[in-house]
Amino acid sequence: MNRSLASPHQRNWDLRAAGNFVFGGTGAGLIVTAALAAASGAPFRPALAIGLLSVMLGLSLVWLEIGKPWRALNVFFHPHTSWMTRESIVAGALIPVGLIAVALASPAAVLAAALPACGFLFCQAHILRAARGIPAWRQKEIVPFVLATGLAEGSGIYLLAGEQTLPWLALALFAGLLREGAWLAYRAGLAGTPGSARSLGIFDTPAGRLARGAQLVALVVIALAALLEGFPGISLLLACTGGALAALAGWGLKALLITRAAFTRPVAVPVIPVRGSGGDPLRR
Amino acid sequence: MTRYVMVADLRRCVGCQTCTAACKEGNGTPPGVQWRRVLDLETGTYPNVNRVFVPVGCQHCAHPPCLEVCPSTATRQRADGIVTVDYSLCIGCSYCIMACPYDARSLVGGEAGFAFGQQPTEAEAARAEGKSLGVATKCTFCAGRIDAGTARGLVPGQDPEATPLCVNNCISGALSFGDIEDAFGPVASLLAENKSFRMHQSEGTEPGFYYIWDKGTL
Repeated sequence: MNRSLASPHQRNWDLRAAGNFVFGGTGAGLIVTAALAAASGAPFRPALAIGLLSVMLGLSLVWLEIGKPWRALNVFFHPHTSWMTRESIVAGALIPVGLIAVALASPAAVLAAALPACGFLFCQAHILRAARGIPAWRQKEIVPFVLATGLAEGSGIYLLAGEQTLPWLALALFAGLLREGAWLAYRAGLAGTPGSARSLGIFDTPAGRLARGAQLVALVVIALAALLEGFPGISLLLACTGGALAALAGWGLKALLITRAAFTRPVAVPVIPVRGSGGDPLRR
Repeated sequence: MTRYVMVADLRRCVGCQTCTAACKEGNGTPPGVQWRRVLDLETGTYPNVNRVFVPVGCQHCAHPPCLEVCPSTATRQRADGIVTVDYSLCIGCSYCIMACPYDARSLVGGEAGFAFGQQPTEAEAARAEGKSLGVATKCTFCAGRIDAGTARGLVPGQDPEATPLCVNNCISGALSFGDIEDAFGPVASLLAENKSFRMHQSEGTEPGFYYIWDKGTL
């Protein structure tokens, strides 16, 4: 029998920390999409620039959150095991390479930036996975979800900052479906974890339903944009709306995940002490 | 090899919170921060109910998740098993707080305030220099007392001057401390003669905090 206390909510990571996952994830996804655009001859420079700015914005928000911001460089000290250090190192490679790619408008440099962008997203997913005090984050299914939503958000924003033609609509749709599958797997995994009912309940609040609804509507709207490609005006409007919704849905879910669904692990006492058998009181 | 651990006899703990008060007094933790807490758990449904007092805090795990995630290497583990935080390295990212399965860490930024009005107590004055503000803090097993005591040839867990404050002040003898590797020491004897568990053992963290719940061996 397990007796546990209702656990409190984590008190230290607020919207600023969530901002790193929101903007960092979108930025990394957008940079990856920009690399695909560069490889296929589509416009990539605005998307790449926005992606980089987004990553930098996310990191700046974290910087505003930490207790000792002027020691921030200490974050690089523990690459052996810390995913936060690894994320910082990868960002340290991503930003200069990305800036060079923007400055030179070089497809080769964009492709070079896509690698650390993937790494950045991977590190973000594992930052949450390694947080063993928060059951909602340490689910193994959180890794594919963070990766998929980053790609869904990035490919969604590309519909606003790049092209709205069929290949990019198809990519956004594919990424959205990937995210949908990852989200369902994450929820199923969480449902099977003891003590996670309150975290799951957060996703059923009006805010959670709104984010989830935006995710589904984005899929429908992007699919419609693809089907109506023959009507450029309507397709453009639908593509931009769908792209924006795809990003907003991911932002909403991640913000909820970081700030509201993050209950700490409950205290567990597997047995009830046998009272009155504490032994000789003078023994110790 | 020395491995310091704490033992809480749940049959003896009366939930008086004296350990909490002693820790706060000795370590000058800010208002709202308790390195040693005593949880008051009520279970069951009337009339079949139980009440358990559970002292909690840093479990000084053999495999600490906080150490693994710390990006600045501020969290470290001593050879005697005590997990420490180097306040001069910590960046206050709170990642260790998220990684701790025991909710044992705290971070207070900016002005922490004092327990009694505008004037700090003696212990609070010691931390008022700000080293522990904006960084992660937690129970240290009173490592300073242990080090000072052992340097004088005293034995932690047996000599009060070398023993954590919470253990010294426990009114019911529920808390014990010592080197678990000392086969003839009081902690090893207690654990050998009683049934105990460690919290969240499935995590593989190997906590250095044992809870006794009945006599006899498992």
